[in-house]
Amino acid sequence: MSSILFFEQLLNGIQFGTMLFLMSAGLTLIFGVMGLINLAHGSFYMIGAFSAALIAGLTGSFWLALLASLSGAAIAGVLIEILIIRRLYRRDHLDQVLATFALILLLSEGVRWCFGAFPLYLDIPKNLNGTLLILDDIIYSKYRLFIIFMGLLIATGLYILITKTRLGVRIRAGQNDRQMISALGVDISKLYTIVFALGASLAGLAGAMIGAIQSVEVGMGEPILILAFVVIVIGGIGSIKGALIGSILVGVTDTIGRIFLPELLKIFMEPASATSVGSSIGSMLIYILMALILIIKPSGLFGKT
Amino acid sequence: MKKFTTTLAALMILGSTSSFADGHKVKVGMITTLSGGGSGLGIDVRDGFMLAVKGNKNISVITKDDQRKPDIAVQLADKMIQSDKVDVLTGIIWSNLAMAVVPATVNQGKFYLSPNAGPSKLAGKGCHKNYFNVAWQNDNLHEAAGGYANSAGFKNSFILAPNYPAGKDALTGYKRYFKGSLAGEIYTKLGQKDYAAEIAQIRASGADSVFFFLPGGMGIGFMKQFSQSGINLPVVGPAFSFDQGILKAVGDAALGVKNTSQWSKDIDNDANKKFVQDFQSEYGRLPSLYASQGYDTGKLLISAMSKAKVKDKDKFRDALRKADFSSTRGKFSFDKNHHPIQDIYVREVIKEGKILTNKIVSVGLKDHSNAYVSECKM
Repeated sequence: MSSILFFEQLLNGIQFGTMLFLMSAGLTLIFGVMGLINLAHGSFYMIGAFSAALIAGLTGSFWLALLASLSGAAIAGVLIEILIIRRLYRRDHLDQVLATFALILLLSEGVRWCFGAFPLYLDIPKNLNGTLLILDDIIYSKYRLFIIFMGLLIATGLYILITKTRLGVRIRAGQNDRQMISALGVDISKLYTIVFALGASLAGLAGAMIGAIQSVEVGMGEPILILAFVVIVIGGIGSIKGALIGSILVGVTDTIGRIFLPELLKIFMEPASATSVGSSIGSMLIYILMALILIIKPSGLFGKT
Repeated sequence: MKKFTTTLAALMILGSTSSFADGHKVKVGMITTLSGGGSGLGIDVRDGFMLAVKGNKNISVITKDDQRKPDIAVQLADKMIQSDKVDVLTGIIWSNLAMAVVPATVNQGKFYLSPNAGPSKLAGKGCHKNYFNVAWQNDNLHEAAGGYANSAGFKNSFILAPNYPAGKDALTGYKRYFKGSLAGEIYTKLGQKDYAAEIAQIRASGADSVFFFLPGGMGIGFMKQFSQSGINLPVVGPAFSFDQGILKAVGDAALGVKNTSQWSKDIDNDANKKFVQDFQSEYGRLPSLYASQGYDTGKLLISAMSKAKVKDKDKFRDALRKADFSSTRGKFSFDKNHHPIQDIYVREVIKEGKILTNKIVSVGLKDHSNAYVSECKM
């Protein structure tokens, strides 16, 4: 096992983690501020990817497509928040789970209605195609580096937004005491809509960026939603910092685990069964990680107790 | 007036007797994947099947969505058998779902015609007289890919497939025919979309070729990422990642890739020409191999219905076994374990105008059956 390969896998893990961060940041923000469990978050990921594929198909521009994913998901977010989600804040979590689960079904079926059941085409821009040589001997995909860069950019942006701006102060205040800030004259329902749309647009952006290297199809958001929930449980629900650390942790553990575990098992098992046992355990690894962290810190790494 | 009423009465009696004696009617339960990832496959099988039985008044079809979940497929099968009283079940795409549904179904005396999944267990020890596979045994296309790899001069392949029954059958099938050595062998998660880690392994492995079986959306992701990775190795795989439904989404990354299939749009026979034409005019898109499998399943059912009543199980089974229908694949017959004997072709992805599609390059394996016939005691 060469160090080059290890480093390349580490980059893959970080890239996967930054994508998870875009998903889980919105999820944890929405939970932290509004106390809402939003299962339909994965649908915004899908809406973002489909908006991007639509615009890329019409204009041929990847950058316009990225813009479309942000705005498409944000518009969907605003509409859904005003029409449906707004009625759920006062309900208990079970009602929220049921209602947002219904939203998943409605949105998936709606997208299928508009675009059909077959995957759409969305490709990366030409100038990000191909590979780059890092440190003289690591060959790495330019596009994946771009994803890492975008993820870090957005993490920094969110950090500035939350710690340095007026909106950020309100969001933090909302996380601490919802009733108090509305008593102080902050338009709470507007704040909720903004936070919800922000979360949705981040998910949409993630969908478009990942859709370009994977596939744009109905139901693409659900697998990643599960991982995003794992991330926010590990990071501590409501904490953006926790979401960032949790994402990278989950991304790296998953990538490194599923590749190196079979290799490790080959030392004391025959190759065929090592491959199959290793990949089975590899896919459980993040849940084992989650369990371990919850044993040590029951409210997650950065959660409030 | 009186005459009129008696005629009417006579007609009514006639009508009721004819519907009374319709042992020729067959109720079909179709359980397939119509939502979520991989729904393109189920929709193609359903559309192909419905095209084949279109206008046939003796066949009624109940279609239900299994959401690619074994537990839901089992519930649907139970309901179809017990309350809808279907005679024949069909439709399942995924081998893990087939393993959950088929044994119980055939043991209750129902017929199961598989339009896609063909796990090795159901071909060998677990074979059953009421189970017919109209598509292929899972290993088949991969065996042909292994054979092609030899003729293309590959010596050291990197192979990967998802960790589920069909994935294991795939790698077994490839290894059965491939004479070279393996640079690496990976089982990925079912439904996995990102292959950065696996592609890094391939790059580091020193392989001279890559074989992969990643059906549906999984293959789209892999092909795109592989072509972006700048690794210039020849790729070979079964048709599942290069079928008509997903080529559009893969884009030019697929161009020139060799893949193996029991069916292709350009197989030269009348049944196939009619199928391709009818499918296009009915649904406005080119058919995939899944659609051809659904279509052949429908035609097989009709051929058996013209020979025997479905309630007469033994006769109906014999009629199915004869496979007396003109398949879109040309020559088609069942081996002793009720799996097809057929030619498997090597195809290449080409561009026809602006549309990506496949063209036959050569016949990979002629009159090919499967490796499990001798294990089947039937």
